[in-house]
Amino acid sequence: MSNRKPETGAFFQRDRQWHPPAYTPDYKTSVVRSPQRALLSLDSTLSEITGPVFGHSLLGELDDDLIHNFAKPGESAIGQRIIVHGRVVDERGVGVASALLEFWQANAGGRYRHKREGYLAPLDPNFGGCGRTITDEDGYYRFRTVKPGAYPWPNGVNDWRPAHIHFSVFGHGFAQRLITQMYFEGDPMIWQCPIVKSIPDKAAIEQLIAALDRQNTIPMDARAYKFDIVLRGRRSTLFENRLEGN
Amino acid sequence: MVQSLGFLKETPSQTAGPYVHIGCTPNFSGITGVYEADLGISMVNDQTFGERVTLRGRIFDGTGTPLRDALVEIWQADAKGLYNSPSEMRGTADANFSGWGRCPTDMETGEYIFETIKPGRVPYKDGRLMAPHVTLWIVARGINIGLQTRLYFADEEAANAEDPVLQRIEHRNRVPTLLARKDGSTYHFDIHLQGEKETVFFDI
Repeated sequence: MSNRKPETGAFFQRDRQWHPPAYTPDYKTSVVRSPQRALLSLDSTLSEITGPVFGHSLLGELDDDLIHNFAKPGESAIGQRIIVHGRVVDERGVGVASALLEFWQANAGGRYRHKREGYLAPLDPNFGGCGRTITDEDGYYRFRTVKPGAYPWPNGVNDWRPAHIHFSVFGHGFAQRLITQMYFEGDPMIWQCPIVKSIPDKAAIEQLIAALDRQNTIPMDARAYKFDIVLRGRRSTLFENRLEGN
Repeated sequence: MVQSLGFLKETPSQTAGPYVHIGCTPNFSGITGVYEADLGISMVNDQTFGERVTLRGRIFDGTGTPLRDALVEIWQADAKGLYNSPSEMRGTADANFSGWGRCPTDMETGEYIFETIKPGRVPYKDGRLMAPHVTLWIVARGINIGLQTRLYFADEEAANAEDPVLQRIEHRNRVPTLLARKDGSTYHFDIHLQGEKETVFFDI
């Protein structure tokens, strides 16, 4: 845990024009799963300002190493070895310490280890596809994995997902809770994907594309991709939470 | 020209997709041996203070079909109305109560179940007490950004009537979409993503 004093301010209003809307008919599953009435907009209460924070003691030694956390002893997952690293900050640019990140992905052939998954690409007996880590005092995180493959999915007749890694992120308030996906620099499939295109703004999509990071690439071992994550910012409480007249 | 405010934009959301279980509840999805247990499957122990309750329900899409691939998370105060969070400044919450739970909907029935305690009342920002409530966050394939709502307890009629959040709902006939029905120690709370009974979702 950081030595910084915990923050208790309300969160900035979420920019819902930047996020994908609920109803995006080109992503067909959203049609009957999207609320149609207006959301009830309110300033955060204590129920959203607070949230679960997890300690580093939660983590096992291989939780941040997808190449080995499901592999038999002495073996490793097949695929292009990569390191994904970056920083979790809030909209003010303040690093978010002790943020739990969970990630999941397909194997190098584009196959998920899941009972509902039927793509003909083979499972890798040494790859489970899940991992997790917690940011350090400055908000930094890193994990090791193999680059996932692209895969086809039933939406259009011939739709393919670009290579991606799913991220689940906890900040310090439940209102910061976020699930997103990371894409890889240079992948032409990104711009053809109905799920990516649920995001209206090109600059917002670019925020999900990790940069190939040659500086942090480990020679003769693994390439690095940098992926920073921004969570909702919060107000200072200096002029709030004082009940006037009391 | 003026100075730049310098704020960053929040990372945009993307759907959790059909395989959210792999990342968030791997043991449930059959990936064993990576984590000892799935996170959030247990909120209470035998020392937890408060009235034990079970929260259960299903999430229905616009055709009335339950979602069998969703993930539900809940966040709530302890029995005295304190959150188990570093941002809780009013006191120290029950150390035997996590306040946070996570449950995938059943792959056959679509049901979610939480074994928890009934939360105490928490003050709104002006000091008025909110009625006991549980915050829910729902993600799934086809949901582009996590849906947030609240579960209130139908038998807390007086507290619900003065709850400052429920009072903000303009269409009073939608308030019951947030009320869980009591049946012994179980509260039933179904969520409707669309239609006549569409649940009130929050932007908060």
